[in-house]
Amino acid sequence: MSLLKKGRTVLYLFLLLLVQTTFAQNRVVSGRVTDAAGAPVAGASVSAKGSSQGVITNDAGRFSISVAPTTSALVVSSTGFAAKEVAINGLQEVNIQLATMTDNLGEVVVVAYGTRKKSDLTGAVTSIGPKEFQKGNINSAEQLLVGKVAGLSVTTGGGAAGGGSRIRIRGGASLNASNDPLIVIDGVPVEGNGIAGSANLLNTINPNDIESFTVLKDASAAALYGSRASNGVLIITTKKGGKGKIRYNYNNLLAVGTIANTVPVLTGDEIRSIVNADAAATGNNTYKNLLGTANTNWQKEIYQRAPSFDNTVSASGMLGKIPFRASLGYLTQDGILRTNHFNRLTGALNLSPKFFNDHLSVNVNLKGSQTKNRFANEGAIGSAVSFDPTKPVYSGNKNWGGFYEWLQPGGLPVDLANRNPLGLLMLRDDRSTVNRFIGNIQLDYKLPFFPDLHVQANLGTDYSSGSGNNNVDSVSATDYKTGGRRSNYEQQKVNQLADVSLFYSKELKSIKSKIDVLVGHSYQSFLTKVSNFPSFSYRAIADPTRPAKRDTIQGSEPVFLTDRPEYRLESYIGRLNFSIMDRYLFTATIRSDASSKLNPNDRTGYFPSLAFAWKMKDDLFKNSSQLNDLKLRLSWGVTGQQDGIGFYSYIPRYSRGAPTAAYQFGNTFVSYLRPEGYDPSIRWESTTTTNIGLDFGLFGNRVTGSVDYYQRTTKDLLANVAVAAGANFVNEIVTNVGNIDSKGLEINLNTNLVRKSDFSWDLGMNFTYNRARITNLLKNPDPNFKGQDVTFIGGGTGNSIGIHSVGYAPSSFYMFKQIYNALGDPIEGLFEDINRDGIINNDDRYIYQKPAADVLLGFNTQLTWKNWSMSIAGHGSFGNYLYNNVNSNNAVLRAIKNPINFIGNATRDYISTRFVNNRYLSDYYIDNASFFRIDNLNFGYNVGSVFKNKASLRINASIQNVLVITKYGGLDPENAGDGGVDNNIYPRPRVYSLGINLDF
Amino acid sequence: MKHKTMKNILPVLLAGMMLFSCSKKLDLFPQNDFTSQNAYTNAAGYRSVLAKVYGGLATSGNAGPAGASDIQGLDEGSQSPFIRGFFNCQELPTDEAVVAWNDQTIKDFHNLSWSSSDPFLKGIYARLVYNVMVANEYLRESTDEKLASRGITGNDATNIQASRAEARFIRAFNYWAMMDLFGRGTFIDETNSVGTTLPKEKLRADLFTYIETELKAIETTLKAPRSMEYGRVDQGACWALLARMYLNAQVYTGSARFTDAITYALKVINGGYTLHSNYRELFMADNDKRTGEIIFAVGCDGLRTKSYGNTSFFCHAAAGDDANDFGINGGWYGYRSTKGLADRFSDLTGATDRRAMFITSSFGVSPAQIAISDVGNFGNGLHVNKWRNVRSDGLGVSDVNRDFADVDFPVFRLSEMLLIYAEAVLRGGTGGDVATAVTYVNRIRQRAFGNTSGDINSSQLTTDFILDERARELYWEGHRRTDMVRYNLLTTGTYLWPWKGGVASGTSVDSKYNIFPIPASNRTANPNLSQNPGY
Repeated sequence: MSLLKKGRTVLYLFLLLLVQTTFAQNRVVSGRVTDAAGAPVAGASVSAKGSSQGVITNDAGRFSISVAPTTSALVVSSTGFAAKEVAINGLQEVNIQLATMTDNLGEVVVVAYGTRKKSDLTGAVTSIGPKEFQKGNINSAEQLLVGKVAGLSVTTGGGAAGGGSRIRIRGGASLNASNDPLIVIDGVPVEGNGIAGSANLLNTINPNDIESFTVLKDASAAALYGSRASNGVLIITTKKGGKGKIRYNYNNLLAVGTIANTVPVLTGDEIRSIVNADAAATGNNTYKNLLGTANTNWQKEIYQRAPSFDNTVSASGMLGKIPFRASLGYLTQDGILRTNHFNRLTGALNLSPKFFNDHLSVNVNLKGSQTKNRFANEGAIGSAVSFDPTKPVYSGNKNWGGFYEWLQPGGLPVDLANRNPLGLLMLRDDRSTVNRFIGNIQLDYKLPFFPDLHVQANLGTDYSSGSGNNNVDSVSATDYKTGGRRSNYEQQKVNQLADVSLFYSKELKSIKSKIDVLVGHSYQSFLTKVSNFPSFSYRAIADPTRPAKRDTIQGSEPVFLTDRPEYRLESYIGRLNFSIMDRYLFTATIRSDASSKLNPNDRTGYFPSLAFAWKMKDDLFKNSSQLNDLKLRLSWGVTGQQDGIGFYSYIPRYSRGAPTAAYQFGNTFVSYLRPEGYDPSIRWESTTTTNIGLDFGLFGNRVTGSVDYYQRTTKDLLANVAVAAGANFVNEIVTNVGNIDSKGLEINLNTNLVRKSDFSWDLGMNFTYNRARITNLLKNPDPNFKGQDVTFIGGGTGNSIGIHSVGYAPSSFYMFKQIYNALGDPIEGLFEDINRDGIINNDDRYIYQKPAADVLLGFNTQLTWKNWSMSIAGHGSFGNYLYNNVNSNNAVLRAIKNPINFIGNATRDYISTRFVNNRYLSDYYIDNASFFRIDNLNFGYNVGSVFKNKASLRINASIQNVLVITKYGGLDPENAGDGGVDNNIYPRPRVYSLGINLDF
Repeated sequence: MKHKTMKNILPVLLAGMMLFSCSKKLDLFPQNDFTSQNAYTNAAGYRSVLAKVYGGLATSGNAGPAGASDIQGLDEGSQSPFIRGFFNCQELPTDEAVVAWNDQTIKDFHNLSWSSSDPFLKGIYARLVYNVMVANEYLRESTDEKLASRGITGNDATNIQASRAEARFIRAFNYWAMMDLFGRGTFIDETNSVGTTLPKEKLRADLFTYIETELKAIETTLKAPRSMEYGRVDQGACWALLARMYLNAQVYTGSARFTDAITYALKVINGGYTLHSNYRELFMADNDKRTGEIIFAVGCDGLRTKSYGNTSFFCHAAAGDDANDFGINGGWYGYRSTKGLADRFSDLTGATDRRAMFITSSFGVSPAQIAISDVGNFGNGLHVNKWRNVRSDGLGVSDVNRDFADVDFPVFRLSEMLLIYAEAVLRGGTGGDVATAVTYVNRIRQRAFGNTSGDINSSQLTTDFILDERARELYWEGHRRTDMVRYNLLTTGTYLWPWKGGVASGTSVDSKYNIFPIPASNRTANPNLSQNPGY
């Protein structure tokens, strides 16, 4: 446990630092901050009057502050509450009750190109802060949001350390183009497509540095991002510098991940009895003779307990006259699949000085990180399901790394046989390093001679570089033919941003109105630099004496050593906010985008939006004490989507063939020049969204929430459609065709059920309903058109099980209808003749269910009693179906008695079906994957003052992925693929963690 | 006052905004690609595009074996390559081949139950049209005017102009495959511009006329037989395709053209070709040396022309544990043949008729072995060891790992021409005679038997004998379906083979299966296309 040791050393160093810099005369005042109803107020700032030093209350509302003997009072403030001054009169313990501000939604929310008072929002915007974040061992920013926001789904791809997630806002609006939202970090729209060597670029951000997320859901909120906004926008804002004396925070989390569940497979004994019975019945002993004597649980062999250790130290306060915050974080984490590892070093610095009598405000954000990945060969997951359990892990000899493999008579591995799962893991060394720097400087200049006007410039860059080596040893059964394989890769992405904008705001007292206007220009470029390398042989184990010996592997030479794909975007933005009597709020925005991806003759698009909000409470229920807040929001707008468009897809061009694809003329091989398909008139998709929303607060704002209903139509859908053969150089092209409609309902509800002085109970829930239908997919109507085949599965070659079909949800399953016997068991190979033509062929497939959920639920509750707190968070998904590819591939006799003359394992579903051959397209394998997952169970204890009152300490313990309630028969019903194929997911671990948080 | 301040700040503001506003910045071109102007600046550029015209038959994309596919939305390896798709269509529906795999609709081929939504059919159709398009592009860009405007003159210009006939041949060949398989289809030539109007359709007889006209137009422009550099077509290929078309003209157009078949078969036969003494060596890794017999072959190479759908597929797909017999590093345990083919041979061991190449280190030729109780069991059936990635000279193949094969795919061989001559004579064509036909057939049989023991006489030479001889001589080379359609045996109950129509003992099927349906997605995208009857 050297990790632990390292952490401890760091801690001691800090304590040492503390002791040396502390003055003994100070005394400590502790206490608790509550609201009018007695519920704890977390995150309130408490400082000594007349001093800049302060502390923040914890989740239980408790604080502990060291003050000078002369201090007479404490000043307490918190968002949404009126600031309060309390005399201490020599007391050790002070309890402070804060009054809700009359305008209880005074909280300021980060929105597109600016901030806005929450009460003045006209669009569908949800903002969440640290209090609401998922707790526990979170290693990537987006995971803080799981189950927290109505209309937002965050689904981890699996349990890989450093792995990524699928993020969907309102389910996404596109078919073949991207459905990922735009992500904006501190005002810089960042790279969304990842980089070589990184499973998830969002894992380069330290979650501990995040102050808030804002989810822009409707068109009014998002339209200022124009052609990139159709899938919603996720704005990430990092923590900023504070005022006063420098304060430190140390956050430490120690966690252990364990395997929660494995795929149910047959045991060695069961395989022996099946094969023996089969041999007795057929009289053929071929397979019987291949049986081994072991009972190996391969899944047990490949998974491990995975410790992780996360540390962040931060400092915040005034550095001279400059407010600053700096943080340093280090995370090291093992994956539960052996050899999987992730570590991350992050640093963040924020400076926000002001100059010229505060006329010039400067905000500098610098975030750097280095992540290191060791990717496990995830092929081992499937192999552990299918590898013969009657065989031992090790063969007893040195061949093939010592791992048991299926061999041909000559001693070489059988070409298409399953590979030893452990061998797959141990003989591959696949590492990458990803560096990322996101920096921006925002200048806000208030014109001295015209103070209503600000000029703002935002210059930013998002630089990332990824490189790695993927080495497979020459003794590996997979790559022995080439003497092992060493592949290198290298990629850099440079994304540059320059925004200049003008803000004008004016209060027009005569008509009780306020107006503010934004006009701006934005330019952003996205450049990728790729280096390509040949692969080399690699013999670290087989021949350690000459591991440096490199032979270039035949045919691996790249066509081009480098490439520089790039696109650019130039935009103008405009926004007008107009409010009358602080009750009637209007917002109008427009953005024009010109993109290098489109034909110069027609490359500019316009994305307008309009919104209106009415604070009804003030007009209709002015005197109601039960109804504290009621606001109606209406919005309409158009957004775009350009992620699915190739960088150069409008240009006719020729591409050079690889040296492995050439044609022999005489004695020379002539490489190709191929004319490429193109679409000179390709456009972005455009999505029109209308939204009706209601925000409310009841019973002294103990019940707050919002309801939103939306309708969304995407036209000029970027769909990959069949081209009339002969009309272009491709038979399918991504072009603008078709429409998709979706509508949905979102409810966010936060309640405060109990508010006593030392006990409180909060309950939050969110509900999302979304329904998407393809309404058109063709340029020319064709009654015989069934749809576009999508969703390729594992097993066989080229099998696809999904279809984009008009009138149905995207990626609906397209299957044969299984026929069952009287006992309810499927009859192998018997499918319904849907079109009644007497022949069962591809025309008899029908559409059965879909992968997307109808309903998503999020749930969280927190109980606080004195210094103790407990919280539970969970999320669920209903009406979503999965194709169980693990069973369709493995639950057959053919998987046990493999025709290639080796024995494999089957999943336990074989016992029910007794299928001999794979029936990949049977709807038997479509299964309801509705589920509810308890994500987190967290216990916290606020120790209060420690180390002679110099610091305040909180301890928490949590369990993640506590339990899943589902009827789904596979390993895990939660699936991050849009196609709904469950195939050997990296199991999500159950994680036990223990954390401490120290303020000093 | 206000007006004045605005005046002061506006220039500053505008300057700031304009700083980054420059629409030229948005005109970008990929670093590694070529515009149509700079692709053709010299003869090498033309040669590279011509390589693609031919290469459309050999590879599936620009990144062999897979990666930058020419055909989208399908499995690149199994559904988009020409040779594999053509083989599936021509062999799997017949007695010559069955497949053990469960890939999508692959079993519908042998079951004679495919539909218009079949992805394999979509793939081969797309491939044929794609190859035509690339040839059209070459023809559009190699006109005299374009050459002159690009400053290409002298020898370079002459060679490029001559190569236009080759591109026209490749186009005609792809149209022939479309005519034979689909009976109708998309028609485009170099006068169609890209990306504007929907292509029109040609029906089978019109396709026939078009191909015939084209081939006759280039007949004299192409180089004399056996005078072209390896891999490129000459007059021999042109005549051979005409002979094959004329033999099947009755199927294609309703009117027999056996006299023309004899005329063109004879042109090839008298074109200086000879049968290679060793039949087996025609299908080995160094068969590029067999230019005496092979009139045109699609070049494949284990290092430089890699595909999962050229002859590499033949070698892998037919191999199991006996992969070594096929000269490759591992079997795919898929394709083998039925008793239908076995019954054409009196001796399956290869001891008498050397074309019987059915015994491998894993499989023999016992009746129990040949019987297929389970199509999905690779172990059942007659195993075909015809395609082998092994060199006749004993040297190593180009891919040391033996993943990909060097074997070239013979499109036309002399022996096919000899058999066309004989069949056309028997079917009433003039310009030939039975005595010569018997001599020709016996030439083939003498090569097969190694002596005259297999010779036949004129009374034994019947059309049925020729069909059987074609099976023995040309099996697994992509002829069987065309032959069975010509003899009206593919769908009828006259001749049944194991698992014909999806039934173990075989059954007749609807006559619509003599021709494949136009893939539904193509008709969706192009309403100008009609469908074959019954689909």
